[in-house]
Amino acid sequence: MAEAGHLARTDRLRAAGLLAPAYLWLTVAVFLPLSAMAFFSIITDVPFGDTEWRVTAENYAAFLESPTYARLLWKSVLLGVKVTALCVLIGFPCAWVLAKMIRGRSREALFLLVILPFWSNSLVRIFSWAIVLRGNGVLDKAVNAVWPWNVEVNLLFSEWAIVIGLVHSYLPYVILTAYLALQAIDDSLIEAARSLGAKWWTILWRVVLPLSSSGLIAGAVLVFVPVVGSFMEPRILGGRMGTYYGTVIEDQFVAVFNWPLGAALSFILLAVVLAILAVSAPVLRKART
Amino acid sequence: MTRLLCTATALALITPALHAAEIRVLNWQGYGTDQDFATEAFEEVTGHTVVHEYFNSEQETLTKLRTNPGAYDVVLINSSFTPQVVDEGLLAPIDTSKLENFADLDPAFVNNDGLNEDGVIYGVPWTWGLTSIAVSNADFDTPPTSLEVLWSPEWEGRVSIRDDAVEAVQIGALATGQSINDVQDLEAVRAKLAALMPSIDTYWGSENDWNQFMASGEFAAATYWSGSASRSMGKGLDITFVVPEEGAIGWLDGLSIPAASEKKDAAYQFIDWMIDPEFYAEWDKDGAPATANIAAASALPDDSFNKAVLGDPAVVAKVQFMQPMSDETRETYLKLWQDLKAAQ
Repeated sequence: MAEAGHLARTDRLRAAGLLAPAYLWLTVAVFLPLSAMAFFSIITDVPFGDTEWRVTAENYAAFLESPTYARLLWKSVLLGVKVTALCVLIGFPCAWVLAKMIRGRSREALFLLVILPFWSNSLVRIFSWAIVLRGNGVLDKAVNAVWPWNVEVNLLFSEWAIVIGLVHSYLPYVILTAYLALQAIDDSLIEAARSLGAKWWTILWRVVLPLSSSGLIAGAVLVFVPVVGSFMEPRILGGRMGTYYGTVIEDQFVAVFNWPLGAALSFILLAVVLAILAVSAPVLRKART
Repeated sequence: MTRLLCTATALALITPALHAAEIRVLNWQGYGTDQDFATEAFEEVTGHTVVHEYFNSEQETLTKLRTNPGAYDVVLINSSFTPQVVDEGLLAPIDTSKLENFADLDPAFVNNDGLNEDGVIYGVPWTWGLTSIAVSNADFDTPPTSLEVLWSPEWEGRVSIRDDAVEAVQIGALATGQSINDVQDLEAVRAKLAALMPSIDTYWGSENDWNQFMASGEFAAATYWSGSASRSMGKGLDITFVVPEEGAIGWLDGLSIPAASEKKDAAYQFIDWMIDPEFYAEWDKDGAPATANIAAASALPDDSFNKAVLGDPAVVAKVQFMQPMSDETRETYLKLWQDLKAAQ
C-alpha cells in the first residue's frame, strides 16, 4: 500500500515536471498578456506615468451605447463567414486532388506551392495584391491585353479586394488540414461505395465529407477566428470601405491611444467568437457523425 | 595612489559631459531632422550622433513619450498638441539662452499659445505650414479655386482626405464657412463630410502614401500639407498646391525636449542647428515647410515655394491657425469621424 502511494507520488511528480514547461509557456505567452489586457479593459486610463485611473465598466458600456461597434462587429463576422466559405470551397477540392489524385514528386512540388505564400511576409503579400488589383494595375492591363473591348478593372478599395487578399492569405490552412483528413481515408472505402453503385456526389456526401469533416472544421476555425479580427488587409485593400471591427480596435491602440477601450472591444470580440464557436459546435459535431 | 584614484574618478565624472552623446530624435519620417546632410554636418561639428525614431500620428508620439521615458532627447510636437504633453509633465521647459538662433525666430510663433504655458516655453517654433488641397496637373488644366472641388461629381472616386478625425472636421468646417477652432454647427460639418465620403477613393495616412496614390493616378485632388507638397514637387510629382477661397488650416510645429531626456545639452545643440538659417537654406532645396526663423525666410530665393506661395500676404490672410484643443472636443470629433467611416 505504502509502496503504491509512493509510486503514485513519483509518477505525479514526474508528470508535473514534464508538464511544467508547457504550463510555464502558457502562463508567459497566453495568460499574462491576456490578464494585462483584461486589466486595461476595466480601467479609465492607461496607468503610465502620472495619469490617474480608476476601475470602471464604461469601456464595455461604450460598445452598447453606440450602434457603430455592433454594426462593425456584424460586418466583420460576415466577412469571416464569406472568407471561410470561399476558403473551404476552394481548399477542399485542392486538398482532394493533392491527397487522392496526385502521387510522387509532383505532389511534393504542389505542396511546396501551397506553402510558398507562408514564406513571404504577409504585408508584402497584401501590397502585392494592391498592385495587382488597382485600376491600371497588373490585372487591368492583363485583361485588356486579351479582351478585345476596353474594360476597366479596378477592384482595389472594395470588399472584393479584402476578400481576395484574405482568402489568399488563409487558404493554405484549409488545404493542409483538409489534406491530412482526406489522406487518412482508406481508398477501399470509396471503392466499396462505388462498387455498391453510389454516384460521386453520394460518395462525397455520405463517405468523404463525414470522414474528413474534423480536418475541414479545424481549418475553417483556423481561418474564421483571425479573419473576424483582421485589420491590416481591410485597411490596405479596403480603402474607404475598409473600416471593420479590427481596424477600430487597431485605431484605439495606435492612433487615438485609448487602450482601455481597445482592450474592451478585443474582449467583446473574443467573447463573440467563442459564442459563435459554442453555438455551432453541436451542429458541427452532428455533421461529423 | 590616492591621487591617481581621485583623478580617475574625476575623469570618469567629467567624461560623460564631454563625451559625444547619442541623441534620439522622434519625428515624422523624412521631416528635416533626418536629412543626411543635416545629421552629417551636426555629427561632424559636435561629435554627437543622431538616431531617429518615427511616428505616424501625433497620438503615437504621446504613446511613445509615455511608455518610453528617457528614450528620446528631441521630439517634434505640433503646437496644438504641446499643451497636452506639457500637462502630463512629459516635457522640459526650454532654456532659450542655450539657443543662439532663438532671437531670429518670429515673435508671433514664439508667443504661440500652444507652445507656452504659464509664461514658460516648452517648444521651439521650428516650421509652419498649411493643410489645404493639392491637385494633379494631369487632371486640372487650371487649378480649382474652391474647396468644393472635393465634392464635385466630376472627381468622384478620385479624391481623398487624411484618415484623421481633427483634420477631417476642420476641412468640413472650412467648407461650411466656419471657424476651425470654434465649430458652432457640428451637424453641418457631419452632413458635409457624409456627402464627401462616397467620393473618397481611399484615405491617406502619410506623405509616402499620398505620393504613391497621386503618382499612380488614384487621386486627382486631395487634402495635403504645404511642406509635403513642396517636397513632392521637388521630387518631380506634377501637382499644384491650392489655397482655396474658403481658406486653409495653419499649423505650427515645435521642437521639444522630453523631461526624461538625459542628454539635454546635446539636444539643445541639435535644436539650435535645426533653427539655423544655414540648415534651412539647404533643406528648402529639397522641399521644406515654411520656417519660423525670419532670417532664414528672408534669405530664400524669390522663386522658392515657401516664399512664392506661403510668403504671399493674400494667402496668409486666408489661413486659420490651429489652436490647442480640449480632450472633449477631440473625442467628439473622433466619434463623428468613426461613425462616418463605419457607415461606409
